[in-house]
Amino acid sequence: MAELLRLDGVGVRLGGREILRDVSFTIAPGEFTGLIGPNGAGKTTLLRVILGLQPVATGAMLLNGSVGYVPQKLAIEPDTPLRVRDVVGLGLDGHKLGIRLPSRARRERVNEMLTAVGAQRYANARIGELSGGEQQRVMIAHALIARPRLLLLDEPLANLDIASVGGIVSVLARLARAEGTAVLISAHDMNPLVPVMDTIVYVASGRAAVGSTDQVVQPEVLSRLYGQHVDVLRVHGRILVVAAEETGAVPADAEHVTAAG
Amino acid sequence: MLKYLFEPGFFSSGPVHTAVGVGAVVAITSAVVGVFTVTRGQSFAGHSLSDIATTGGSAAFLAGVNQFWGYLAFGAGAAAFMEMTGVQRRRGRDVATGVVLGSALGLAALFLYLGTLRSSTTGASFTILFGSVFVLTPSTVPALIASALLALAVALLLARMLLLSSLSPDIAAARGVPVRAVGAAYLMALGVSVALSAMVIGAVLSTALLIGPAATALRVTKGPVRAVAVAAAIGVAATWLGIVLAYDSYYWPPARHGWPVSFFVVTLIVGGYLLTYAHPRWRRPARRDEPDPEHACSPA
Repeated sequence: MAELLRLDGVGVRLGGREILRDVSFTIAPGEFTGLIGPNGAGKTTLLRVILGLQPVATGAMLLNGSVGYVPQKLAIEPDTPLRVRDVVGLGLDGHKLGIRLPSRARRERVNEMLTAVGAQRYANARIGELSGGEQQRVMIAHALIARPRLLLLDEPLANLDIASVGGIVSVLARLARAEGTAVLISAHDMNPLVPVMDTIVYVASGRAAVGSTDQVVQPEVLSRLYGQHVDVLRVHGRILVVAAEETGAVPADAEHVTAAG
Repeated sequence: MLKYLFEPGFFSSGPVHTAVGVGAVVAITSAVVGVFTVTRGQSFAGHSLSDIATTGGSAAFLAGVNQFWGYLAFGAGAAAFMEMTGVQRRRGRDVATGVVLGSALGLAALFLYLGTLRSSTTGASFTILFGSVFVLTPSTVPALIASALLALAVALLLARMLLLSSLSPDIAAARGVPVRAVGAAYLMALGVSVALSAMVIGAVLSTALLIGPAATALRVTKGPVRAVAVAAAIGVAATWLGIVLAYDSYYWPPARHGWPVSFFVVTLIVGGYLLTYAHPRWRRPARRDEPDPEHACSPA
């Protein structure tokens, strides 16, 4: 299968600081990829590179298809005049000039997407009045309505309760399979994604390790990535990445462990 | 009933015809642009532009030009300056903006004083600060209408891009929306709207016509199309009713001195806004307050 996305030795510098170094991986159509790593590892930067919002310092990126994007958090006021159905509709034509006339086909397509993500109950509520989990569902519908080949999601599971996390992961897995959309989802906790991930891109200290979960989430691989010894514990079917000693690099790790546990 | 509302001569007066026509066009433009102003959180930018437009109107008066050209030049010029310096985006801008706006009004005071000395036109200062839709110079009417249509066209042309940018600037940029240019074009439309409102209700009060109907509409509607339609309707209703009442007030005490039309328009707009707090259906909380099952047990 021809690949949808290829990153070749990508490096990014922000304000003179090296954020990412020599990151290489590919994504095939329909593939579900987890972009895993502690907070501040450069996951958002990597997504911005793929979106074309962040220039690379080294390496190259090749993208063969349209991209949908679900940002980490909407900074939107409750009085913004956008209902959930308006937001999903903007996913179709929000980038176009002029105004549009109402159309039946469009309304049906919006309703179809709302049903697919389980958001039809609050279709006429304002987006700014919804909870974080509800907004995520709406933004997934917004991103998918234009039928992108690749869907990028930036920490969609952060700050959600366990029920919402499970709901969103299953919605994503189902839609990706049904529409053949490839998914690249960033998360600091890999556990909710382990059952659905085909590939893991583990980012730490600005570098990335790529492969299946079993290949990448190994003490030797991650120790090399972090530049210090880390242990991988499997407890009750959950994976915990634990730094062996308290060093300067630990805080990000420690948070990682807390989140994972 | 109507006989009591419309005093004799209302429908046959030339200035009233002009006021009703221009007032409606300006009210619609201001309301439509205003919806995006409130949505983008740029009400303060609108207010800043109106202060600077005051200086422009005063300078035009001193130079003996119609004040509309002063409002337009300074309003649009200030909008361009704001965009270029990025004053909208910078933190700690309040102090700098406050100082600039203070000096703008100080200059306006000087220009108006000097202008009055020169031309001894009583009432000119009042017209520039607080407007009077009854004394529009007929020769400027085509320019007013053309500017209004231009600002309206820009707002409607960019409507979807502006909404998408409000939702998320990153999504908009990733989908190829030139976010910066769209913001700049919109800010110019805002500058033009401020100049137009200044002609109808005065430079100092122009924000009322811009923000008031939009803010009211956003409280009583949910979607963008209805918000724009309701804002335009409120703007036109307040402007027309204000014109009728101002015409009537000629027969009120003190007799033979009409009350300023701006007073009526602004009072009606504020009254309408306050009404939205009276109706229980519209008195909705800023955030949803019932516990939401998806939200209830979310970890910190």
